[in-house]
Amino acid sequence: MGDKIQIKKSTEQYDAIVVGSGAGGGMAGYVLANAGIKVLMLEAGPFFDPAKQSKQLQWPYESPRRGASTTRAFGDFDAAYGGWQIEGQPYTTKDKTEFSWFRAQMLGGRTNHWGRISLRMGPEDFQPTDGLTDRWPITYDDVKPFYDKVDKMIGVYGTNEGLRNEPDGIFLTPPKPRLNEIFIKNGAAKAGVKVIAGRGSVLTDALPGNKDRGVCFYCGQCGRSCKVYGDFSASSCLVIPAIKTGNLKVITNAMVRQILTDKEGQATGVSYVDKTDGQEYQLNAKIVILGASTGESARILLNSKSAQHPGGLANSSGVVGKYLHDSTGASLGGFLPQLMDRKRYNEDGVGSVHIYSPWWLDNKKLDFSRGYHIEYGGGMRMPNYGFGGGTPKMNGLVPDRNGKTKDSGGFGATLKDDYRRFYGTQVSMAGRGTAIARKENYCEIDPSVVDKFGIPVLRFNYTWSNEEVNQAKHMQETFQSVMHEMGAVITTKIPGADTSYGLEAPGKIIHEVGTIRMGDDPKTSALNKWCQAHDCKNLFVVDAAPFVQQGDKNATWTILALSMRTTEYILEQRKKQNI
Amino acid sequence: MNRRQSLKALSISTLGVGLLVESCKTSTKQVDVSNVDTAVGLEEFEVERLKQLYAQPAFFNAHEKSTLVVLADLIIPKDAVSGSASDAKVVDFIEFIVKDIPIHQLPMRGGLKWLDLHCLNTYDKTFVDCTNAQQIEVLEQIAYPGKTKPELQQGEVFFTRVRDLVGTGFYTSAVGIKDLGYVGNVPNIWEGVPKDVLKQYNLSEV
Repeated sequence: MGDKIQIKKSTEQYDAIVVGSGAGGGMAGYVLANAGIKVLMLEAGPFFDPAKQSKQLQWPYESPRRGASTTRAFGDFDAAYGGWQIEGQPYTTKDKTEFSWFRAQMLGGRTNHWGRISLRMGPEDFQPTDGLTDRWPITYDDVKPFYDKVDKMIGVYGTNEGLRNEPDGIFLTPPKPRLNEIFIKNGAAKAGVKVIAGRGSVLTDALPGNKDRGVCFYCGQCGRSCKVYGDFSASSCLVIPAIKTGNLKVITNAMVRQILTDKEGQATGVSYVDKTDGQEYQLNAKIVILGASTGESARILLNSKSAQHPGGLANSSGVVGKYLHDSTGASLGGFLPQLMDRKRYNEDGVGSVHIYSPWWLDNKKLDFSRGYHIEYGGGMRMPNYGFGGGTPKMNGLVPDRNGKTKDSGGFGATLKDDYRRFYGTQVSMAGRGTAIARKENYCEIDPSVVDKFGIPVLRFNYTWSNEEVNQAKHMQETFQSVMHEMGAVITTKIPGADTSYGLEAPGKIIHEVGTIRMGDDPKTSALNKWCQAHDCKNLFVVDAAPFVQQGDKNATWTILALSMRTTEYILEQRKKQNI
Repeated sequence: MNRRQSLKALSISTLGVGLLVESCKTSTKQVDVSNVDTAVGLEEFEVERLKQLYAQPAFFNAHEKSTLVVLADLIIPKDAVSGSASDAKVVDFIEFIVKDIPIHQLPMRGGLKWLDLHCLNTYDKTFVDCTNAQQIEVLEQIAYPGKTKPELQQGEVFFTRVRDLVGTGFYTSAVGIKDLGYVGNVPNIWEGVPKDVLKQYNLSEV
């Protein structure tokens, strides 16, 4: 970094500045650029093109650490640059509460490594009828046309099931279940749990009308991001195509500090630090669109204080940062003894889920108010760091070749035989549930801590309530029941009340939403139903921050649909010269 | 793009992929239509970190290393299917990983010492100098968690760590992957469970 810092002010004015290049920012940039608008996108991390930088098809031994998670939280081959902690960019928690914040600073953000599970929120997710949480200012019918467009534009596999709160879509062919997944499906049916084909944004068929993206070749490595663009990453599917229109320019390694406003309180541009030279730059735009992530967008607004916006930009209601909520998560693992010594063949499949269980019960009869879905894992996967640790535990749980049950552990020829015998027998299930949006769970600016760029950092305050704990308890009961019905042996220690039934710490599921919520009343919400700030007409938010209340559905497909909806609204408003 | 075209695109994009070859510079700050094809931005700190680790002197001394080789081959010996742990250079992997994940260092160093002292007290020889039968006798006492005598508990904890590292090192090597019979990580078409396998388990496709 240069020693002396200057603020370099540009005289150029862009039609729009988009902050962030993930699902929300990427979609906004794509829609605007394709409409002929001159857009500038600021990304906090480096450029990333999966075609060139993905670690797809590398073998474990091509990593000296065999894929261990030393420098990347999800292992050496995972596509995300960043992680739970980023050097020089801390965050804090309040009163010993817990929150884990995963950031990926790179073109495309977290969409480069996500699970590609692409679920629509349902009518009841937008308009809950139990009175526990506020309704969205929009309904499923308002969003449906955009979900449809996203399905067609990006591609998602699945099956139409006619379920009430798990809306159908425009689907490509889903991948067939693996062997362990057939056992799961049969076991789940006996346990009264519905299992249907997964829904994932992976091109199992060619995407009609798209010449830039390849078709899935079933390596199961979506988490590394796809070199032929066979899965959805905002980098490959939105930002790079948008750059190619000639209308979008991206500045990488640009960490936005604040949004600048004029005397009337309207946004005039942004101020950012260039990570490569340490200098501060100020750029002008007619419209500012925030897609920096639920945490980061709230941080930018709260750090954008002015005489007109003393509590931070778009925050006259005081709700910015509040109602933060992540999905709940709990899991259980085991193995299927009947799959020991199984025949070998390639079952890598797709890197998203082949099957899943949408929420199947009525909460009125339960001690928690909202549901969860179940994702399943297992099979003959590529070995990675940590492989083999389970075998010396499993080998004492079932009879050996001679029908005798030996002690767990061992070494030598018999252990080596066991590694082979148990390979591909493991199964796991993970619940992902609706957490309740509560005002008491929030992020705010830490009054005493700044990051290495001098930007005040976020401080989180988050605790689970009985709603989430009881839901996790139910998940564990369900998992055990399915494991039992499919004849599996459970290997995880079954978590009890002392660990809140294995309920993961807030943030761990990386589905955090809700910090800049939308609503019709400017007193209780920051954005109107178009994700336009009540207090600042030329400011929009397109990530998951506007969510009023999540469902048990992974957020990305809804981020894409809402960002497209907001950006089309921006185009209309520009035509009418309202902004 | 159809499947054949996407595989062709893939073969082009994976040319020249190697570990340190990827240490391309990230000087591109602005990306627009003129340079989108050449802009690359890898995390330089990852490359730097590897270079630093490789530049470090060996963690294990010659005696520790030879002890590990004997231990590793006792855990995964050569058999009819594949070679031994040392054939797969497992100890080289362990040498790297204790530098990469330093929390392994103290338990490994101390554990190796524990093993030698236990052998010296029992057989008047260090572990490597013990006979094969003596080595096996020691491992039999620390290789079964839950069955270990209280006074040998530290040995069990050490052996569990070594076994995990050897297992990972072996089965993530080319030798081990072949032994396991993992046949994926290649472009293919997934058409569901093979018919003979469905029949074997008396299942119908769902």
